[in-house]
Amino acid sequence: MTKAIEAHELRKTFGGEVLALDGVSFAVEEGTIFGLLGPNGAGKTTAVRILTTILAPDAGRGFVLGYDVVTQAEHVRSVIGLAGQYAAVDENLTGRENLTMIGRLNHLERAVVTKRAIELLDQFGLTDAGDRPLKTYSGGMRRRLDVAAALVARPKVLFLDEPTTGLDPQSRVDVWAMIDHLVGEGTSVLLTTQYLEEADTLAHRIAVVDHGHVIAEGTPAQLKADLGATVLDVGLASSDLARRAAAVLDSVGAKSPTVVGNMVELPVDDGPRVAMEVLRLLDQQSLVPTTFRIREPSLDDVFLALTGKRTETDDDEAADGQSDGKRRGRRAPAAVATTSDGGSR
Amino acid sequence: MSTTTITSDAGFAPALSPSLPGGGSRLKWAIADTVTITKRNLIAYTRIPESLFFSTLQPIMFVLLFRYVFGGAIHPGNGLSYIDFLLAGIFIQSVGFGGIGTAVGLAEDLQKGLIERFRALPMARSAVLAGRTSADLVRNVFVLLLMTGVGALVGFNFPNGALGFIAACALVLLFAYALLWGFAVIGLVASNSETAQIIAFPILFPLIFASPAFVPISQMPGWLRVFANNQPIGVVINAQRSLMLGTAHVPGSTAGYVIASLAWSVGLLAVLAPLAVWRYRRST
Repeated sequence: MTKAIEAHELRKTFGGEVLALDGVSFAVEEGTIFGLLGPNGAGKTTAVRILTTILAPDAGRGFVLGYDVVTQAEHVRSVIGLAGQYAAVDENLTGRENLTMIGRLNHLERAVVTKRAIELLDQFGLTDAGDRPLKTYSGGMRRRLDVAAALVARPKVLFLDEPTTGLDPQSRVDVWAMIDHLVGEGTSVLLTTQYLEEADTLAHRIAVVDHGHVIAEGTPAQLKADLGATVLDVGLASSDLARRAAAVLDSVGAKSPTVVGNMVELPVDDGPRVAMEVLRLLDQQSLVPTTFRIREPSLDDVFLALTGKRTETDDDEAADGQSDGKRRGRRAPAAVATTSDGGSR
Repeated sequence: MSTTTITSDAGFAPALSPSLPGGGSRLKWAIADTVTITKRNLIAYTRIPESLFFSTLQPIMFVLLFRYVFGGAIHPGNGLSYIDFLLAGIFIQSVGFGGIGTAVGLAEDLQKGLIERFRALPMARSAVLAGRTSADLVRNVFVLLLMTGVGALVGFNFPNGALGFIAACALVLLFAYALLWGFAVIGLVASNSETAQIIAFPILFPLIFASPAFVPISQMPGWLRVFANNQPIGVVINAQRSLMLGTAHVPGSTAGYVIASLAWSVGLLAVLAPLAVWRYRRST
């Protein structure tokens, strides 16, 4: 059975020194969503650019529906759709004109393109805005059109590069619903994201990438089982007290707790039950928490569990506003106030 | 790894893409893609206020400005009125500076990620550059028509007849088309539209103004006269004038001017177009 997408030991270095991909391999089954999860600069976009034939790898091979992305690039281009932060739509054209242009460049008949544009504008709730230039669109509308443009030729394999970065929560949920719907129709999807919640909600399988490596792969359930499904955050009055509390709580969670400042973070399998035991143990030692909460693991927790370190809080400008993972203890973001054009390429 | 054919499962909406082009249809698609991109660029021109201004109001203002403000102080000699002398110069000035739009447009497409999307489409690789330069050629035709109309209204009376005038226009359009590929290179090299402008302007400025475009070169110092007459824009202006005004007003052989001008245009095109294509292929 041909895989929708296969990556074999992909390597890419930029400018002879910046190592973007260091031997990345994964496979996407037909009709499934595969999530590439990682912080900014992990190499996700580079992997997508190679697999969509935009960029040639230095080494390794990529296949889309069995076609080699280097030697059979034209075949690959005729079966894929690409939408994402770095693949733009033309803001001087209207929504309809954009869809028509992409359709024509996919070599579809004019009549087919016209009909398809109407369908997609309707499906994405853009019928009213269809004849306005994109300059007048909101960020969410523009992203919806971007995804619509990727679907004009009904691609069998769809690449979505951070489709919700920079979107408000409602638009994010809308985009999720769209992606889910597509897979129901048989499309295979490679999704890159910085949000664990997004990968968890949508993907059948997830590969976690960091510094150009795949550091973990599995179903969301497997990954979460490995990581501890939930995290207890226990705040204490001082870091000394936090270290004492961590010692007390050493064996109650799925993994050993970590101490960050005066916080104890404890990955657990069964939040409510463990929470009771934690409070009982702390009470026995007369340790009184100042804060206490149960949360889903963030991308940061995933990285902490997998690499023993937090996602890098480097000063990369492109990370601007996209790096919720670095803000500790934050659940996958509720809202990210940026536009998509972070600017690094 | 075998390359299996794709079968569509029952219930799965079939892909709309037709089979891949082969042989003769490849050229057909390349032309169709170029037309699509050309249209897209022309639509954009009508929606960007700056582009609209540079392609309509500015050329008109320049004709009127030179005709009425500077014209009175400049005497071209050889029994010519200034508007007769001016039109060739102002043509090349307009299409020359207009080319900056080519550089800016391409730089923006790169910067905003549009070219990234084009690269992942099954379209002809050549269509992005060919479509951009074709759109700008169409714009240049429009600008020349507009300026001819305005020029005729303020006194230009086609001293060498319509044919000579049309030949002169064809000559300047060809030269401008060659220049567009140079602007395309600038657009592809520049990381953003501002940089594209900053690179293009200083190259263009001395070539256009240190030329016979607006004033007779007899006023210039000797060394500058040599430069003005022999740099490519000077050569093209002389050829244009010879065709537009006739040898009675422009001493020298028309054929000589035209051949020199064609040589420059073809030579520049032969160098700049491959350079732009090469740069496009390796820009990511």
